[in-house]
Amino acid sequence: MSSTKYTEYDAYAADAAAEGKVFDVAGEDWDQVVAGAEDAGDERLVVNMGPQHPSTHGVLRLILTLDGETVNECRVGIGYLHTGIEKNMEYRTWTQGTTFCTRMDYLAPVFNEAAYCLGVEKLLGVTEQVPERAQIIRVMMMELNRISSHLVAIATFGLELGATTVMLNGFIEREYTLDLFEEITGLRMNMAYVRPGGVAQDLPSGALSKVRDYLDRMPKRIQALRKLMDHNTVYLARTKNVAYLDLTGCMSLGITGPVLRATGLPWDLRKSQPYCGYETYDFEVPTQDTCDVYGRYLVRVAEMEESLKIVEQCVDRLQTVKGPVMIEDKKIGWPAQLAIGADGMGNSPRHIAHIMGTSMEALIHHFKLVTEGFRVPAGQVYTPVESPRGELGAHLVSDGGTRPYRVHFREPSFVNLQAAPAMSEGGMVADVIAAVASIDPVMGGVDR
Amino acid sequence: MGLEEKLPSGFLLTTVEQVAGWARKSSVWPATFGLACCAMEMMAAGDPRHDFSRWGMERASGTPRQADLMIVAGRVSQKMAPVLRQIYDQMTEPKWVIAMGVCASSGGMFNNYAIVQGVDHIVPVDIYLPGCPPRPEMLLDAIMKLHDKIQNTKLGPQRKAQIVELEEAKRRQLPLLGQSGAGR
Amino acid sequence: MTSQNPEQQAEQGADQLPAHTEEERREQPVARMGMFGAKTTGDTSGYGRLVVRQSPKVSAPRPYGGPGGTAEAGEFDEIADELERALPDYGDAIERVVVDRGEMTFFVKREHLATVARTMRDEPSLRFEMCAGVSGVHYPQETGAELHAVVHLLSITHNRRVRLETACPDADPHVPSLTPVYPTNDWHERETYDFFGIVFDGHPALTRIEMPDDWVGHPQRKDYPLGGIPVEYRGAEIPPPDERRSYT
Repeated sequence: MSSTKYTEYDAYAADAAAEGKVFDVAGEDWDQVVAGAEDAGDERLVVNMGPQHPSTHGVLRLILTLDGETVNECRVGIGYLHTGIEKNMEYRTWTQGTTFCTRMDYLAPVFNEAAYCLGVEKLLGVTEQVPERAQIIRVMMMELNRISSHLVAIATFGLELGATTVMLNGFIEREYTLDLFEEITGLRMNMAYVRPGGVAQDLPSGALSKVRDYLDRMPKRIQALRKLMDHNTVYLARTKNVAYLDLTGCMSLGITGPVLRATGLPWDLRKSQPYCGYETYDFEVPTQDTCDVYGRYLVRVAEMEESLKIVEQCVDRLQTVKGPVMIEDKKIGWPAQLAIGADGMGNSPRHIAHIMGTSMEALIHHFKLVTEGFRVPAGQVYTPVESPRGELGAHLVSDGGTRPYRVHFREPSFVNLQAAPAMSEGGMVADVIAAVASIDPVMGGVDR
Repeated sequence: MGLEEKLPSGFLLTTVEQVAGWARKSSVWPATFGLACCAMEMMAAGDPRHDFSRWGMERASGTPRQADLMIVAGRVSQKMAPVLRQIYDQMTEPKWVIAMGVCASSGGMFNNYAIVQGVDHIVPVDIYLPGCPPRPEMLLDAIMKLHDKIQNTKLGPQRKAQIVELEEAKRRQLPLLGQSGAGR
Repeated sequence: MTSQNPEQQAEQGADQLPAHTEEERREQPVARMGMFGAKTTGDTSGYGRLVVRQSPKVSAPRPYGGPGGTAEAGEFDEIADELERALPDYGDAIERVVVDRGEMTFFVKREHLATVARTMRDEPSLRFEMCAGVSGVHYPQETGAELHAVVHLLSITHNRRVRLETACPDADPHVPSLTPVYPTNDWHERETYDFFGIVFDGHPALTRIEMPDDWVGHPQRKDYPLGGIPVEYRGAEIPPPDERRSYT
């Protein structure tokens, strides 16, 4: 509670410090906070928001010190969804890790998988050997995922400001995106589709025409969604000039993603440090310079439109680029060509016939690779990707074994949520929700 | 032989229990207890395609005091467990709980230090819904099954007898091993 | 580097460490014995006597090259040169420099970490203005340097990345906090403290962040069990993942 702590921090500029008491977000437990407030004897009001509350951003706890309607102090309490995913991955093979990390940021599963798999491939030194078709499919899935994630961001944002219509419209569009995921991967969420060395299986026949239908439909729907928001004076009043955070604040707090791009800096890892062949796609990095909630919303909408452009290019390429979707190296690539059967995804019947009927060596190899996994040379890598929320980095450490020695994710939700006090302190209590919603944190990613 | 034959048309006869059950099941108000991935599918169950307002459930209650169904949607961490129990205790009787997804049902794939291995360690659960995450249709099916349960809940002394009967049935239930025929 | 096996060649090429003689290798501490994870039952596989030694701790030779992994002097040499120029006690602060898989790591002595980070941020030719957080790693077998704190830095100005790694012994788990330099590390350091027990000196409020406040222990250390429970399925009992027999 002591703002005096601030004086020793000259980090970056005085502006960053003046943004708010960022360092005070942690600390005492609730009863101590209340006791402290009682001792103070003034008319301060301490409000505990969450961890279970009507807003839709999961189990986030905000401890607000109010003076009337003004927020004097905002602290963020997290950890209510801590799942121990990083530790669990240390006890599974490198391939099985995909299944765990996809459940971190559950609105952007493909990005979690991609960051992790790019890291494993870098550790193995096989980045160049991943087939082109697999890379294109990855890019397409990531961009579709970005659209679905931004749709939820906008939908829940509407819901939190009291506009149920926005939520219904956003979610139905998300449903159409999830239909594509289901068609391609067999699952709506948490697909574990991207695997070290490629993707789990090739596109089913007819998937591309479904993506084309989606591309035809989506631009009009995004425009409709924009119309719904932009012509609503209440929405504009609640978003414009609210939760201001400029570039200096973003830099010192490590903020990336749409929040950073809404300050005018076109920093997008897809452009600046490309991966999966993003340098070959034609797209823009949308920016705004308003630094407020409305700017972040505009960036998200523009990003969805750019994503549609990338998906379109992917579809064009996928029609000509054929070939495998898993690395040729049989010591790494999953032995079976996975296929969707009547009972879900599994090994292809041809592969089963091969290992059970004709080749003992293939059976041994399959068994070894599936139970033991492949060995990864010792070392460490950090692989960042641009997730819908910002820089998602995977720090992987290998000791040369078949399981990760340590996996750590630099989650953009986790980092960006640190900006909540800077955005909301000094403002009205009603704007706290707008500030948090504009960061678009996903608690699964924050707590992991 | 009875009253039914003497009555004019347009009448229905039923028991008080059935009327109460019908009234209760027709507008179950869920407490929003979204935790993780399943929360997204729970919200998707409210979208125009699945639309659980067809069963009077669109009023997701922010306050536990005015909710009678808690859908525990997602993994419950050790840190969240006391909060969850407090929310449950604040809900007024009668109340029901759906453990949505494997994590809430049994801990699922996260068998580790951080996650409570099944929300039934903390609150009584009426319906266990498997899936990771279950589709919205599966949630709707679970809600239908819960409706059936609510409809057929008895009142007063009969309720006590029903509880004894159900418990006895559970106690006598053969383990899965015996049912499947394996291990004999 | 004479192996004819393409796998080994790739492995040797990938970590870009100088070839070392057999004697040197034999002096390295043992990383693990045997091959299978079974510790209690008799190992009949014959792999029980297999000794795997730790890889030696060596510095990468100059030129460091760049992210593309070229043999000529590149971006990484520039970073090292600039840091050496801007930091008076470079030789004292930097234990070794490792360039591996197109990424550069400075192993920094912990007492110099704050100075190095500040130089990295403020020097115009370096200008690593953004920090991508701290990640803890626990190496119980490295006596005297069990706990590592790994800091990833990003320069938007020059579009570069670099990694700082610092170590502290388990008996004295103190590392200077980087929050004065990079305020974003506030939560990252709390997380690393929560999971590994590394105390960041100078952090304004180093408390637990993910686990409950009254939690005992630091769960992501290697000596902390995964903490699962045995699961019964159709009459069979399956132990939690960390207690199962496994290949290591």
